[in-house]
Amino acid sequence: MNGSRVSAVVLRLFFLYRGSPQRVFPIFVWVIVDILLWGFLTRYLNSVSRAGFSFVPALLGAALLWDFLTRVMQGVTMPVFEDVWTRNFLNIFATPMRVSEYLAGVIAAAIGTSLASLVVMLVFAKAAFGLSFQTYGIALAPFLMVLFLTGVALGVAAAATVLRLGPASEWLIWPIPMLISPFAGVFYPVSTLPGWVQAIAFLLPPSHVFEGVRAIVAGRAAPWDRLALGCGLALAYLAAACLYFLWVYRYVIRTGLVARYSAETVS
Amino acid sequence: MSPPSPPAILSVERLSKSFEDLKAVDGVSFEVAPGEIVGLLGPNGAGKTTTISMILGVLEPTAGRIEIGGVDLRQDRSAALARTNFAAVYAPLPGNLTVEQNLRFFGMIYAVDNLGERIERLLAAYDLARFRGTKAGVLSSGEQTRLSLAKAMLNRPRLLLLDEPTASIDPSAARDIRAGIAKFVDSGHCGVLWTSHNMFEVEAVCDRVLFLSHGRIVLEGDPKTLPHEHGAETLDDLFVTVAHETLREQSAS
Repeated sequence: MNGSRVSAVVLRLFFLYRGSPQRVFPIFVWVIVDILLWGFLTRYLNSVSRAGFSFVPALLGAALLWDFLTRVMQGVTMPVFEDVWTRNFLNIFATPMRVSEYLAGVIAAAIGTSLASLVVMLVFAKAAFGLSFQTYGIALAPFLMVLFLTGVALGVAAAATVLRLGPASEWLIWPIPMLISPFAGVFYPVSTLPGWVQAIAFLLPPSHVFEGVRAIVAGRAAPWDRLALGCGLALAYLAAACLYFLWVYRYVIRTGLVARYSAETVS
Repeated sequence: MSPPSPPAILSVERLSKSFEDLKAVDGVSFEVAPGEIVGLLGPNGAGKTTTISMILGVLEPTAGRIEIGGVDLRQDRSAALARTNFAAVYAPLPGNLTVEQNLRFFGMIYAVDNLGERIERLLAAYDLARFRGTKAGVLSSGEQTRLSLAKAMLNRPRLLLLDEPTASIDPSAARDIRAGIAKFVDSGHCGVLWTSHNMFEVEAVCDRVLFLSHGRIVLEGDPKTLPHEHGAETLDDLFVTVAHETLREQSAS
């Protein structure tokens, strides 16, 4: 792994963000919009529900943790989309850059952008609605780790799909977190779901995080065994996503699709 | 006893590429020696860009072998491509990065030593210094071509692939660019594979030309003597003859 090549991917994104408020703005704006939406909703629910239960860490906290996963996924896909939009795949893949270096670069870039989102999230949610992530105690670290790994896995798989199907497949990518959220038990216990959906939820790493969030809010201990399972699943999905990207990369090189990327040939 | 000839910088052996029933490149073999500029000529669809794409590692051959600077492209793609660079009209650099940012980005990918100094030299050599802070997307096509060439020189490549490098620049700038590349090649460090439809340019810069037709090399030789050897007045006439034969063969088949 060549550090200079990995850094090049990160530096390119830094160049783009530095000179482009329209790229920086979405990192923060959706987080703030979500905090406002879920913050006021939890405030309302607190006012009409039985005394003693706070919806803030359960609902607002869950919404923000899910937002974190979404930001991570988008943080991984954005550098790839930059190459799509500038038709740069030919220039990139005709260099000594290895697939592992390219992926390491986009993941490193995602760490930067998702951490920026997380900081804004923590500060604004505390200031506006009194949500403190300290409520989750030491379990916050595995929560964030599982969500980060899952977000990266989704981002890498999404990037591979765009590389395989062409620029127009971009619209398939943005709703992915929204499509997964009903099965991940973000806002309700997994036990609420029908049996067969619970089986799906069990295989989704974030479901173990959100079960953990609810356990802590209810005053129980963090389910460390489930968090370990979630972490293991997320690592397995990340490995699978990287293999999928590698497979797609080899496919586009074998078929010549990378040299004619805008043609969107799927055969 | 004459000294042994230096090993080829590019060695292509029985290279083929098929797309389903179409044989785009069919058993092509050739070499490029250090200090040599080889022209790859042929009508549209002859297989020139397919050949270049395979040498650049962005298209996997169906069969055959490519060696760059003694490194097998299939065995160690990264090491082989570290010795290579290219400029092509169909591969513009990202328009949303400035000239300097583009050179820095690609310079880091090629892990160029003393990158800042190298960028300054190339900005001066390709008359791009005044555009260093300008986004590549707003440059004229000629300026973009110069930027692509500057990027192609970043890593002092042993093998330079130029696909119609002067297609969109004025004759005066094209002459300067040809002279610059010829000077770089004269050092004996680098070999060039050059495609162009400008036969005057090919005759001026190439030491040897390969005519491709239907994915095969049908003619090979010195561009200054090849036309007369085949009963044509000029290289342009020879090109037209080969292209017409291609069309006739296509119609017959």
